[in-house]
Amino acid sequence: MIITKQKEFKDLLKSISKEPVFLIGCSECATICRTGGEEEIKKMKKDLEAENIIVTGWVILEPACNLLNDKRLLKAYNNEINKAKNILIFSCGNGLQTVSEILTQKKIICGTDTLFLGEIKRLSDFEKRCRMCGDCISDLFEGVCPITRCPKSMLNGPCGGSIKGKCEIDKELDCIWNIIYERLKAKNQLYRLKEIQKPKKWSKSTEFRRLL
Amino acid sequence: MNFRSNLHKVLSEGKFAVTAEIGPPKGSKANIIVEKAEILKGFADAYNITDNQTAVVRLSSMGGSLILIKKGLEPIMQMTCRDRNRIALQSDVLGAAANGIKNILFITGDHQSFGNHPDALGVFDVDSIQLIEIVKNLRDKGLFESGDKILAGSPDIYIGGAENPFADPFELRVDRLEKKINAGADFIQTQSVYNLEKFNIWMDEVRARDLDKKVHILAGITPLKSLKMAERMKYHVPGVDIPDFFYERIKRAPNPQEEGFNISIELINEIKKIKGIHGIHITALFWESIIPSLLKETKLYPNP
Repeated sequence: MIITKQKEFKDLLKSISKEPVFLIGCSECATICRTGGEEEIKKMKKDLEAENIIVTGWVILEPACNLLNDKRLLKAYNNEINKAKNILIFSCGNGLQTVSEILTQKKIICGTDTLFLGEIKRLSDFEKRCRMCGDCISDLFEGVCPITRCPKSMLNGPCGGSIKGKCEIDKELDCIWNIIYERLKAKNQLYRLKEIQKPKKWSKSTEFRRLL
Repeated sequence: MNFRSNLHKVLSEGKFAVTAEIGPPKGSKANIIVEKAEILKGFADAYNITDNQTAVVRLSSMGGSLILIKKGLEPIMQMTCRDRNRIALQSDVLGAAANGIKNILFITGDHQSFGNHPDALGVFDVDSIQLIEIVKNLRDKGLFESGDKILAGSPDIYIGGAENPFADPFELRVDRLEKKINAGADFIQTQSVYNLEKFNIWMDEVRARDLDKKVHILAGITPLKSLKMAERMKYHVPGVDIPDFFYERIKRAPNPQEEGFNISIELINEIKKIKGIHGIHITALFWESIIPSLLKETKLYPNP
């Protein structure tokens, strides 16, 4: 899932500069992250109105990253959108760009920061898992990705900063190389770590389009 | 035999080598390196110039290394994987070799979040082991990382790596050293040694696998200059292991600086006895001037 975080309300107010706003949420990831679901959009409407900002309407796209579906759904809100100067969007950075492709005449404001592709650990706890590099090599590392989960993306880790299972840059962060070590040790396969992993092929990460 | 560098010669002849670190300034003032070079000239076999250590911007390692060459000292240029991709790294190795730099130490590098530009993008295109292998292939096979051929001169670099015997998981630490050797490391400088017991366990395994015959290991020495430094190193620098008894000695000492100096002497004298250790690497952070007396006291100067 794409993990997002709402931007600071004061920063949104600055971007809005008191002009009328139409709000857009997303039914998928942003709803689960509680950054752009119905509840958050309604609360945002209330908060903006409390600041004397006109909210001309709102919609939850299903999901925001679906171009044809967005066109269809947004059509029903033509009037509300016309009355607004700003389109404030609470989806991931992809959903935002799908909308900006349709509403080219409006000022687009991002309501969220898109953080990572992650796992839902618990209802309110998300953790980064994948960098979408285009060339998955997780099978070399017991099904975990050190490119994403090691802050130095080491393929021949652990570095000298792995301390009691934690990463030197954040004591809350598990050292992913320690996890790889534990999994291989349990399988009696530590010898697999002796193989030198070659530099990653980043050329695979430059895909811009995929046609079925 | 043709030696790639003075350090290569000293280590190959089985002498106990001394390398010392010179921290470059946070600015372009060459004099700061020149002054340190003048104090240290003749005391060590080669001198490391760090590469933006702890991710703080300083005069570059290549720039500092060239200053040392002008002053007649042999540099060990350092290169981290944090700030350059494989194109820039290989290019700088060629540029360094062309300018007479003969030793280069390759490390992954401290994460950018520790330094004075935490908003910088960390590159980490390759890691230290991959970089060592890349440079070995440049040198020995005349091939770039991509497999493309070098057309005009393979860089004849004496390849260094670093290793931290004190990090976790401890069980993997010798494996990682072995990987660096297999990748192409000629010499290894270790993290600063304070915990001799743990260091000896690591060295026992190193010798059991005959790795001390495949690579030259220089043990790290960092004199503790003050209680504040001891505290910072013990509690805040990741991967440094200062046993409580050393810490307590510095804490109780009427003159912590003198006690730090004495501890370093004891450590060097113990390390000299460890089979398979081929030298020491002194990192006297902001205290380079102590290096001459440290070497005289431990009879590593004049050259034994």
